[in-house]
Amino acid sequence: MSKTLLEMRGITKTFPGVKALNNVNLKVREGEIHALVGENGAGKSTLMKVLSGVYPAGSYDGEIHFDGEVRRFSTISDSEHLGIIIIHQELALVPLLSIAENIFLGNEVASNGVIDWQKTFRRTQELLDKVGLKEPPSTLITDIGVGKQQLVEIAKALSKKVRLLILDEPTASLNERDSDALLKLLMEFRAQGLTSIIISHKLNEIKKVADQITILRDGSTVETLDCHGEEISEDRIIKGMVGREMEDRYPPREPKIGEVLLEVKNWNVFHQQHRDRQFLHDVSFNVRAGEVVGIAGLMGAGRTETAMSLFGKSWGHKITGEVTMRGKPVDVSTIEKAIKAGLAYVTEDRKQLGLVLINNIMHNTTLANLKGVSNGTVIDDRQEAKVASDYRAKLRIRSHSIYQEAVNLSGGNQQKVVLSKWLFTSPEVLILDEPTRGIDIGAKYEIYTIINQLAAEGKGILMISSEMPELLGTCDRIYVMNEGRIVAELSKVDASQESIMRAIMRSGEKH
Amino acid sequence: MATDTTLQKNQPSVGDYLRKNIREYGLLVALVVIMVFFQIITNGVLFRPVNITNLVLQNSFIVIMALGMLLIIVAGHIDLSVGSIVAFIGAISAIMLVKWGLPAIVVVPACILVGAAMGAAQGYWVAYQKIPSFIVTLAGMLVFRGMTYVVLGGRPVGPFPKEFQVLSTGFIPDFLSFTDPATSVVKNYVALVAVLLLVGYAVYAGLRERRLNTLHETENEPFGFFVVQMGVIGAVAIFLGFQLSTYRGLPNVLVVMGLLIALYTFVTTRTTIGRRIYAMGGNEKAAKLSGINTERLTFYTFVNMGALAALAGMIIAARLNSATPKAGVGFELDVIAACFIGGASASGGVGKITGAVIGAFIMGVMNNGMSIMGIGIDYQQLIKGLVLLAAVFFDVYNKNKG
Repeated sequence: MSKTLLEMRGITKTFPGVKALNNVNLKVREGEIHALVGENGAGKSTLMKVLSGVYPAGSYDGEIHFDGEVRRFSTISDSEHLGIIIIHQELALVPLLSIAENIFLGNEVASNGVIDWQKTFRRTQELLDKVGLKEPPSTLITDIGVGKQQLVEIAKALSKKVRLLILDEPTASLNERDSDALLKLLMEFRAQGLTSIIISHKLNEIKKVADQITILRDGSTVETLDCHGEEISEDRIIKGMVGREMEDRYPPREPKIGEVLLEVKNWNVFHQQHRDRQFLHDVSFNVRAGEVVGIAGLMGAGRTETAMSLFGKSWGHKITGEVTMRGKPVDVSTIEKAIKAGLAYVTEDRKQLGLVLINNIMHNTTLANLKGVSNGTVIDDRQEAKVASDYRAKLRIRSHSIYQEAVNLSGGNQQKVVLSKWLFTSPEVLILDEPTRGIDIGAKYEIYTIINQLAAEGKGILMISSEMPELLGTCDRIYVMNEGRIVAELSKVDASQESIMRAIMRSGEKH
Repeated sequence: MATDTTLQKNQPSVGDYLRKNIREYGLLVALVVIMVFFQIITNGVLFRPVNITNLVLQNSFIVIMALGMLLIIVAGHIDLSVGSIVAFIGAISAIMLVKWGLPAIVVVPACILVGAAMGAAQGYWVAYQKIPSFIVTLAGMLVFRGMTYVVLGGRPVGPFPKEFQVLSTGFIPDFLSFTDPATSVVKNYVALVAVLLLVGYAVYAGLRERRLNTLHETENEPFGFFVVQMGVIGAVAIFLGFQLSTYRGLPNVLVVMGLLIALYTFVTTRTTIGRRIYAMGGNEKAAKLSGINTERLTFYTFVNMGALAALAGMIIAARLNSATPKAGVGFELDVIAACFIGGASASGGVGKITGAVIGAFIMGVMNNGMSIMGIGIDYQQLIKGLVLLAAVFFDVYNKNKG
């Protein structure tokens, strides 16, 4: 077959405390569509950042060969210069500029700083014809849908004389028709000799277009499958993606499950920004006392949105549905009321949404329940210090005192401060959104231990996580979400990485 | 990744404590240095009783507005309209008192309510419609100034009745006359006794706080700092009190200002509402997700600012003994500068009442001192601008280093 265009050899990239990539190999042949698959956190994005020069040469081990030569990129423009172009999942377009302006942004058709608009528009039109986008070049980005924006990104890549096009989850936010059109476009490009790498969770799409599939897991290459030999089933790919041994990473627990605490029925929510788009469809679930319930799903499945819309309508609009606590209907229309009803929500993003980083541990701990350390108006300093010290000891927050600012704590300890804050509101049900994201293994174990303690005290835990092993290791029951719907409910016995992935993939094909 | 190196440290040492609180001590030291500097360069005019009285009268309204402005800035906003509110309230107080002949006892609360309403009118757009406060209050600045011209018809109105003037030019009478004022050095014993009692109470309260903190194992500043700080503040306070007592005693405005400073210090450091404002300014989203009604809180910080600006407006009108359409022009900038010199952060969440008050007095002493020296308004502006820049640079430098 044709020659190798790109070869990444023995790529190892470490972050403080984490080995993100470990001896990864990737070989892409000229003129093929190469799929890169793996779970969230498997290292796909990191690998692409190494390739594009976001992580400059020298910050990783291993070699990159492109077009037969060893390359050392120190910036993104170095790799772009050779025609390696990445289109990220979050599109990098300026919403209030036109299509033409976006395509030539930073690369304007100009002489002496004066833009030649005629030429710009003419070339834009040629590029739009190539990608099959029927919009005038002067249209603003904000006025076209995500699918068309994706095409603009591709046109932008073409304007830079692309040789290797990398698409990160290109169809994640597209509907089926737009996805099909995009895949067809990729196949046309292939016929013209363009090489591309596609990162995707949608295995059916990958099967449709890929020539080779490389599977990553836990920062290592598992295998590369050739699609032109015998038929490769989705199960085969899934097995490669998740086939790791479950280690003893989770503290043991004897579940004592009681009555139903939180019950949500027919929860329908419309999108926060795209106001006419329904985002959550008839989501129903329940959490019992002493039970740890997981919600599994891919990014954008609607898990965080479910939690946030439930917690005082913090996300979305036109929210309808029923919420009961111990069988009685409760009002969760504002955050204050949701807290009063016995809910607590530990956010996914602890720095942006969970903590006031410039405040100290004590102030963060009592923020959601200042009534608990005051007479309603005046704060009792010593009572407050006592509360903070107690939680610091109970959750083993490592700091030199309760007066240390949250910004100076490690990720795991920050997460414990957020947990302290919510525990001090004495909730009945805690919603934990990615509670262990970005914290090291040891701290994770401590967080799991805290979760177990809380369950043992009779609280209900709803845990959202993108790490499937974590859900399998800690949960008594797992709901699977995809595209704004609950698509499966699995008992501890039935739940496995394969069964979760299968539920996601099957539901994805239905729509 | 956050560093864990700080986790190894135990109790804060003197050096750590100094580094952490360098801003506050630095500010206090700066004020003392500036005062001593002008005292020397003006050959002792600065600390003359009559000048100290003037200093208080000239700066009281800036300090009073700085209390509200600090809350606004800590909440993450700005208010450019206070100078115009000052003018408008001055105007309507003049109309009510001079033209309608209403008694001061009615006019003063009515004006404060009007000021609060003006704050509310702006707070609504900032809090509930999410329009940046810079724009809303810039609009307010223009609108209220225009309203002032309309109300006054472009002409000054005055003079005010005596009962209203005492607000700004009155003194606490000496009901403790131990000696004959005509012969004695001390002409007003109330001022002296009040200052001594206050300093005594401050020392007592400080010591009690320390003992309770030790008992409950909460943080204390090193004892040496406590002694030096109390010593310096006490000595300065007693000296100023003595100087005032040899003249006409405590100005009414000083008492009002003192009470407000105490109230706002208490609100910001000890109450739930103060805590919530700091949390909101530090991270609005996190505060909101912690069940804090951030819209309502923002709204009320503007209402509060309006009420304080109204009080300041009346003090200024009473002091000038006439309401003019140009009253308070540029005051918003002095007030905002006082807060930033006092260590408030433009991005919100950081700042102290004591800092803003000291900041206001640094500006005030510099104005006063330079005026005595005969430096023109042109160079005064230039120097004040540089001081503001230097103070904020000091903050940024400290932050980057730390």
